[in-house]
Amino acid sequence: MTIRAQVGMVMNLDKCIGCHTCSVTCKQVWTDRPGAEYMWFNDVETKPGVGYPKRWEDQEQWRGGWELDKKGRLRLKGGGRLKKLLRIFANPDMPELDDYYEPWTYDFDQLVEAPRQRHDPVARARSQVSGRRMDEIGWGPNWEDNLAGAPERIHDDPLTDGIEDQVRAEYEQAFMLYLPRICEHCLNPACVASCPSGAMYKREEDGIVLVDQEKCRSWRYCVSGCPYKKVYFNHKSGKAEKCTLCYPRIEQGQPTICSETCVGRIRYLGLVLYDVDRVEAAASVPDERDLLAAQRDVFLDPSDPDVRARALADGIPEDWIDAAVRSPVYALAMRYRVALPLHPEYRTLPMVWYVPPLSPIAGTMEADGYEADPDEVFSAVDDPDAMRVPVDYLANLLAAGDGEQIRDVLRRLAAMRHHMRKREVLGEHDESRAAAVGMSVEEIEDLYRLLAIAKYEDRYVIPPAHAEQAGNLLEERGTCGLDFEGGPGNCGAIERDVSRPPGYDAAADAQSAMRPDADRVDLDIVQMLGDRRREEGLDR
Amino acid sequence: MSAGDVLLWIILPYVALATFVVGHWWRYRTDRFGWGARSTQLLERRILGWASPAFHFGILAAAGGHVIGLVIPASWTASLGISENAYHWFAAVAGGLAGLLTVVGFVGLLYRRTTNDRVRRTTTPADMVTYGLLTFLVLQGTYIAFGENLLADDAHHYRDTMGAWWRSLFALDPDVDAAVAAPFMYQLHAVAAWAFWAFFPFSRLVHVWSLPWQYIGRPPILYRRRFATSRRAARRGAR
Repeated sequence: MTIRAQVGMVMNLDKCIGCHTCSVTCKQVWTDRPGAEYMWFNDVETKPGVGYPKRWEDQEQWRGGWELDKKGRLRLKGGGRLKKLLRIFANPDMPELDDYYEPWTYDFDQLVEAPRQRHDPVARARSQVSGRRMDEIGWGPNWEDNLAGAPERIHDDPLTDGIEDQVRAEYEQAFMLYLPRICEHCLNPACVASCPSGAMYKREEDGIVLVDQEKCRSWRYCVSGCPYKKVYFNHKSGKAEKCTLCYPRIEQGQPTICSETCVGRIRYLGLVLYDVDRVEAAASVPDERDLLAAQRDVFLDPSDPDVRARALADGIPEDWIDAAVRSPVYALAMRYRVALPLHPEYRTLPMVWYVPPLSPIAGTMEADGYEADPDEVFSAVDDPDAMRVPVDYLANLLAAGDGEQIRDVLRRLAAMRHHMRKREVLGEHDESRAAAVGMSVEEIEDLYRLLAIAKYEDRYVIPPAHAEQAGNLLEERGTCGLDFEGGPGNCGAIERDVSRPPGYDAAADAQSAMRPDADRVDLDIVQMLGDRRREEGLDR
Repeated sequence: MSAGDVLLWIILPYVALATFVVGHWWRYRTDRFGWGARSTQLLERRILGWASPAFHFGILAAAGGHVIGLVIPASWTASLGISENAYHWFAAVAGGLAGLLTVVGFVGLLYRRTTNDRVRRTTTPADMVTYGLLTFLVLQGTYIAFGENLLADDAHHYRDTMGAWWRSLFALDPDVDAAVAAPFMYQLHAVAAWAFWAFFPFSRLVHVWSLPWQYIGRPPILYRRRFATSRRAARRGAR
């Protein structure tokens, strides 16, 4: 057994309002740069829908993730190493830009520079990739927001395969849910295993999966290897880029920017301790439906004294173990078992989990203008199959098609609401609801506090990184003079390279979009309009 | 030996070789972020799907042929019992096929790079020089393979001229007479090739050296420590 710590995330889909604040703040922090315009390290999809990139969930098309070969061994679905090397000149499984979308901006300068004319000037769209004017914009990163276009496209969603009769686009029968997605920072990352250069790696301390852009050689197999399509290819630099779980913030004990700015407070960040030696076996269980149990089995209980002793021996700092005990991710995934991994059948053991939404009850309860008694509504939740979002759909999303895993979670969530309603509205103390789902009253009320009250310090339990572990500075004093790479006192400059931000490049930074340069005009439209009015003598 | 001969067959090769070696060292030290293939498959997939493999496999075969032709003296193959005639036919047919494959792939790649707006916008000045040199070398080399070798009545024995001169460069005793004895098309090809090698480290062609052989034997999941301890500390830990 070798214990490692992993920063995990849980998103409570019941509370996501689809506002895209996470996407926008993430974009402004990470991907507002040349070559990265089309990338959304965080995006929010409306399900059912084809998603971003289109049909990313269809692994028969994209061949991402892992599968078991005929002998039951874990293999990359995209093919073995020799096959990859032979196909290195053209990757047959890589999406094209149009599978994401063509990013565009607008000719804003037209608003102030157009000659005087009869009609107001218009800022027309222009492609950020080809530089051409785009007369018609036909797809975007969130084109299907709130089921837009669903009647034509809803059955292009791979998750509706086999349950077409349950997924309707008619207004009265439609359902939808929001699915915010970031990199899963998997325990068994297919992107890392797919990278021929060895540029991708998982950090031992916190499990964050990163790209070393100085080692990336543009072979682009990480893009096709990731079943979630969360590794992107920068077409300007020719390097892979991905969600970093905002590691500079995490190292300071701060939540990721998507979490920090989440309006609905749906996100939870915390540590999970796991046994790295059991990861491969867990990813290799024969039945896809056992993957949830197998992954939970890899996680370790940080309250267990044996686990604690072993974790200390494996170099995990004590305050990290304490943080793991208080981890909301561990609580939601393990203690209360209401969080589920996204597409466990990809066998990557993902580490961003989701609480499935307790959707409205299907029409029957409120038919004929009859307003349902709230108690009846919550009773009906005992039958998750009466709910508007088909259990089979959620099962295809979060449980490898096993509806029972979804029903189990929904029953707990319904019991929690029922219990709290009895307590708060009717003033009754009733333990039967909690007992029916195998929880104590304390547990179910703690779950309520975590999900409904969701205090900042309960949602984010992130221990700061131990920067002092960078090296024993006292020991090295006086031994490593002139300690630059290749220098005479080179005690470890090459190893230290990895502690620099991957891909940091002073020259590229100097040209980054954050700095004004000749190609980039910062428009102060109010100022410019004022200038123009004065020039033309209109402003008297 | 005229001054021009010295310039073309002694100075140019050594300057190009020095630039090649020092240029790689400099590039790797200063621009590891820019070191890569800079694939444009994201921007255009259809043509690249056949053109890129055709070009790469073709040019790798051609490169192999050049190594055989330049490195191995005719006397060695003769001592193995391979007649000059057999060698000639093998080299001409294999070289012709490799050249053809390269040209077909290269035309496809050139076409997409010039006609596809997305791909064209990623093209840097260094790419244009690279494409210019490659266009000349590939077309002219394929012409030699066909016009001067495969279809010619009396093919030139380049292993005794260009090959001998090329080997003599590395013995630090340049055999200028051998180079001067080669036909003009061979000489032109050699001069253009030295320009190509001199430019090589400054182009995206450096990705050739990054072909990831180590992928075959490495563990699938790589872990790295955020703060790598120094070698000294690692040794201490190992003890």
